[in-house]
Amino acid sequence: MLAMNYRGPYRVRADYKPDPVIEHPGDAIVRVTRTCICGSDLHLYHGMVPDTRVGHTFGHEFIGVVEDIGSDVRNLKVGDRVMVPFNLFCGSCFYCQHELYGNCHNTNPEAAAVGGIYGYSHMAGGYDGGQAEYVRVPMADVGPMVIPDDIHDDDAVLLTDVTPTGYQAAEMGDIDEGDTVVIFGAGPIGILAAKSAWLMGAGRVIVVDEVEYRLEFVKRWAQCEVVNFREVEDMAEHIKKMTDWMGADVCIDCVGGDAAGSIAQTLTGRLMKAQAGSSTVLHWAINSVRKGGNVSIVGIYGPTFNMVPMGNVLNKGLTIRANQASVKRHLPRLIEHIREGRLSPKDIITHRVPLEEISDAYHIFSSKLDNCIKTVLIPPRAHEVRAVKASTVQ
Amino acid sequence: MQTSDQVDPHSHQHNHIGHADEHQNDYPMKPTRPSREQLAHIHGWGADLDRKNRPAVPMERTPPRFIHAHEEKLPQQPETVEILVSTERPGITPIFGTAQPPKGLSGMLRRIAFRWAENDMRHWLILLAADRVNVVEGIGEDLAKGKVPNVLAEMGIKSEWEHNKAGLAKKVAIGAAVVGTAVYLMRRRDR
Repeated sequence: MLAMNYRGPYRVRADYKPDPVIEHPGDAIVRVTRTCICGSDLHLYHGMVPDTRVGHTFGHEFIGVVEDIGSDVRNLKVGDRVMVPFNLFCGSCFYCQHELYGNCHNTNPEAAAVGGIYGYSHMAGGYDGGQAEYVRVPMADVGPMVIPDDIHDDDAVLLTDVTPTGYQAAEMGDIDEGDTVVIFGAGPIGILAAKSAWLMGAGRVIVVDEVEYRLEFVKRWAQCEVVNFREVEDMAEHIKKMTDWMGADVCIDCVGGDAAGSIAQTLTGRLMKAQAGSSTVLHWAINSVRKGGNVSIVGIYGPTFNMVPMGNVLNKGLTIRANQASVKRHLPRLIEHIREGRLSPKDIITHRVPLEEISDAYHIFSSKLDNCIKTVLIPPRAHEVRAVKASTVQ
Repeated sequence: MQTSDQVDPHSHQHNHIGHADEHQNDYPMKPTRPSREQLAHIHGWGADLDRKNRPAVPMERTPPRFIHAHEEKLPQQPETVEILVSTERPGITPIFGTAQPPKGLSGMLRRIAFRWAENDMRHWLILLAADRVNVVEGIGEDLAKGKVPNVLAEMGIKSEWEHNKAGLAKKVAIGAAVVGTAVYLMRRRDR
């Protein structure tokens, strides 16, 4: 099958590799019809995540059609159109029993801190991901959800990570009515977090980034205020000035270790890798939020350590919440929002690229060329199916 | 794009700068809040204001909803390739990925890394070193198969040419300057 193939930092290509097979009675094989490049794939692409092996296929946002099932699978059948949450989870461990589906303890032997994630290095379990024609989907009775007929494929693929992650980012901010919410990062997650903050009753939503076209988009699409950090002398001072010198009620980190904005952080976190990515946004969030406020983190950092102003967390009495999104528990409510017209995730898609052109797709997304916000990849076999079953594909 | 620097649009404060000639008492002592009427133009505003509508509140909830949990002990996946296991676990998990098992020099380094816990920096630093070795091994594998990797194409040079000609020219110029300087310094040393 054709699949994305990692060759080293900033180097990927489309290449042929053997089709996946059933390896466990709970497995299914899914033929991928849509898959995305996620902002967190860029941490892999930039070589920042340890144990990212050459030959690995990335991709944790995908939908497709069930092609084969293992002997234990009861809830799916061949031909089902499914969306697959980015987290692999068993449904039966202590964490899954507490709906922490992003923290499953049974799917990643290679690390204890993180559960299994499709196509996210061996630190996250060593599973090849969905930027391919086919993918092995373990625990198929538990993870995938059959896509309702009235949900568009483009919305469905964005329900596998970016929309639930953006929503959970706002949810972890514990937003009260009228709160001022500052979101760092105008990428796909930040854009969805901004929209979600309004759903939860925010009074002001301010999005911070440096990329002008993304700020333009989020300002229009999510009806929020925007700040270009390149035009600001000091972020914490600026946010305090904007909020009657109190600080924001909630700050959300939707960037992670690839953050720009500080030469020292870029040098130590991104170039020298002396910390687990640049912690610029963590600094800004902790120092811009008001005393007693909430900081929510969904930006990805490496597994070692980061330099953050912990003294201010204590002195200000902050609450910090962070997690990988527990995708499955969010899907019913998010589907309701899509049906009611409150959310339209597919609006953020700017690029549709054949899987064969994956090298350019990654470069465009990584370098923010051509006003790129969200890229959807279409594997060759998805085209064939669309031609045959055009009436069933929206 | 105009960066927002306005004070809270719903307050009556002016855009003062905090200095010794200003008085903190002139500012409100609590955050200002817009009214619902002022927010009515935001489509969907407040649909999940009630925390009952927020699916992950509280963060932990049991028994779990939305899944068909496996009631018996999970069957163990057979080990068909070498899997490295964290020392912070009692053993291999019931389910695991089998992509790219460790091999070569990078595989040896990865096996060494897994002697230490995730809590130990050595674990991660050795894995990062193994990743870099693996890149060189990857080029060797390509060449062994008779394939010369097109590194520039893999880095997306076509899209750089299409969408960022000025940036590409700058990178080429910087690269040429670095190489030229290096060549010049080496020749000078040889003399």
